[in-house]
Amino acid sequence: MATVIPRIDVGDNYKEKYGFFDPEKFVFKAKRGLNADVVKEISWMKTEPEWMTKFRLRSLQTFEKKEMPTWGADLSKIDFQNIYYYLKSTEKQGKTWDDVPADIKNTFDRLGVPQAERKFLAGVAAQYESEVVYHSLHKELEAKGVIFLDTDSALKQHPDLFKQYFGTVIPPADNKLAALNSAVWSGGSFIYVPKGVKVEIPLQAYFRINAENMGQFERTLIICDEDSFVHYIEGCTAPIYTTDSLHSAVVEIIVKRGARCRYTTVQNWSTNVYNLVTKRAVAYGDATMEWVDGNLGSQITMKYPSIYLMEPGAKGDVLSVAFAGKGQHQDAGGKAVHVAPNTSSNIVSKSISKAGGRTSYRGLVKVYPGAKNSKSFVRCDALLLDDESRSDTYPTTEVDEPQVRIGHEATVSKVSDEQLFYLQSRGITKAEAETMIVNGFIEPFTKELPIEYAVELNRLIQLEMIGSVG
Amino acid sequence: MALNEVTTGKNMGTVPDFEIKDLRVSVEGREILKGVSLSVNKGEVHAVMGPNGSGKSTLSHTLMGHPNYKVLGGQVFFKGKDILTLQPEQRAKLGMFLALQYPVVVPGITMSNFLRTAINAKRGFDGKDKSKSISVKDFRALLKSEMAVLRMDDSFLSRYVNEGFSGGEKKRAEILQMAVLKPEIAILDETDSGLDIDSIKFVSDAVNKMRGPELGVLIITHYTRVLKFIKPDYVHVLVNGEFVRSGGPELADWLEAKGYSEWVKEPAKAPAALEAK
Repeated sequence: MATVIPRIDVGDNYKEKYGFFDPEKFVFKAKRGLNADVVKEISWMKTEPEWMTKFRLRSLQTFEKKEMPTWGADLSKIDFQNIYYYLKSTEKQGKTWDDVPADIKNTFDRLGVPQAERKFLAGVAAQYESEVVYHSLHKELEAKGVIFLDTDSALKQHPDLFKQYFGTVIPPADNKLAALNSAVWSGGSFIYVPKGVKVEIPLQAYFRINAENMGQFERTLIICDEDSFVHYIEGCTAPIYTTDSLHSAVVEIIVKRGARCRYTTVQNWSTNVYNLVTKRAVAYGDATMEWVDGNLGSQITMKYPSIYLMEPGAKGDVLSVAFAGKGQHQDAGGKAVHVAPNTSSNIVSKSISKAGGRTSYRGLVKVYPGAKNSKSFVRCDALLLDDESRSDTYPTTEVDEPQVRIGHEATVSKVSDEQLFYLQSRGITKAEAETMIVNGFIEPFTKELPIEYAVELNRLIQLEMIGSVG
Repeated sequence: MALNEVTTGKNMGTVPDFEIKDLRVSVEGREILKGVSLSVNKGEVHAVMGPNGSGKSTLSHTLMGHPNYKVLGGQVFFKGKDILTLQPEQRAKLGMFLALQYPVVVPGITMSNFLRTAINAKRGFDGKDKSKSISVKDFRALLKSEMAVLRMDDSFLSRYVNEGFSGGEKKRAEILQMAVLKPEIAILDETDSGLDIDSIKFVSDAVNKMRGPELGVLIITHYTRVLKFIKPDYVHVLVNGEFVRSGGPELADWLEAKGYSEWVKEPAKAPAALEAK
């Protein structure tokens, strides 16, 4: 029998569930704005090796030289000098929740992070503003050589491994926001899974912005050694402020021969956050990379998880969902770059727009000469809930190898009167019927999530849908 | 017009359980129902028959509150209320049910989820008071017995609502919904269309099992075929938006022989080509 997604309480909203804020406390807060001194100060605070300080300063120069991308969402309102680039809330990182300052622990309690950790996670990282304030990993995994650390600690504890991979998948010059992250990065997760080790239970990181005008620039690096497996999940929320905050992460993933990595995101930033993230993975022989990417919140999101299929047999999947409500623009998609023969990619994007919200699918499939017998399939489905909302598709396909199979399908649909009438005639209210239709629409996404997250996502959709009928 | 004043003869002088009074309806600016009156009591089965374009589907959709059908005049009384101003879900909660001629696909929602949500809605569960929601055990027990009558297996519950269903599966699914929602007034809109003979039998068995003093049924059909399985107490002929004749079950036999030729050039009998399917 099928799983019945439980009905959940309605009536609460983002503000009380996630949008609360704590009084701002910090042990160190960088001056507002961005310049070489701020960057040096961050590096000094973190007592970093010289190469990293130099890397940051070079990246700052790159950032200053590069133009803002103008091909996507409207980023012209971002004022980089009005943002705080570094805020450290507590002196030390907790290994138990009791070590975490009470007010911060309280925040994560309200967000359900410790509860989730007890129930179904093998390791948890909790980042508050710029620094990771809590970290844990099951002992058995530690014994098997799995490394799961915040990225700052990894730089100190595993300098060689770190230096070998850091910045190799996404160099600072990749784009302006990647350069910015490279200059001011702080926190994020570092994961190394040794050869043949399968991490069967997910690892999770939770990113929380609390302060106003804050910039969060976590940096995540995941290395899956040969024949290993890991599933990493990230969640993100922030309080609702009238001024803008910026979240600009860089995520680099290396999936070696025969390994598999799944990276799941449920992004639910408040609608004052610019979410501009660069995510890229390289997959080697017979390796599999899966991006499962859910975007509900934020004012503007620009995010296109990418997979470079480097050796024969590599496989990449991008499955994404975007929900844009009033005043939101979700510009999301995926990229698959086929470098080697017999590689395959599958990009499925589902978007929902309501109350004037805008979603865009932006994607790239590129096949290099010689990548024979490669296969790629892209499918974008958009659901519009009313006439004022908007959805666009910008697919790009560049194929320089004749012997390939490339497919693309796109659909745009509306919630139909017939569907609503049908459900209503069974006693279901119009609002509830719309929610059901939306949850059904994203079901191909939801079913890929661990059940706890699927329930949470359905609940979030329900919250987003409240007030959409009227 | 005398023919439009249809009374059932039963419960004369008392208020009928479900009463349509001089209903006039337009679709896209065109008047389709031109003053229809009909009374249905619980315990009765009425068949509304008519040729294509006579207004049968307009009647069923209007009774359930489809937004595209505009009521120009008249009332429909059920449980002391004129239901015409109610939303479809309010009509459902009051005890009405419509089995659609063309059930709608709802991708990604399992039958199980759908049925459970509908049952809970009817029980007044608003997501908060758990005591009002049906327990997993009761839900399963309820489905098990009803699905057995309709010859449906468990795998059906994990399929998405009407997605990839055959004609017969769709209609059986409609009747399953009726069985678990236990309406007091059920409208079956062309439930026999697109059905093979086995499905007609299972569907009819299920409806006949539900017949009783607590249920009034309105069967809307073009062909007399289904009435061989579900015997109506009354038959009404709808032509061009008006009832032109009413009678007992013998009227169906008469239509079987004569068709609607008295009013339009069209046979009432299912053409052989359709039956062969």
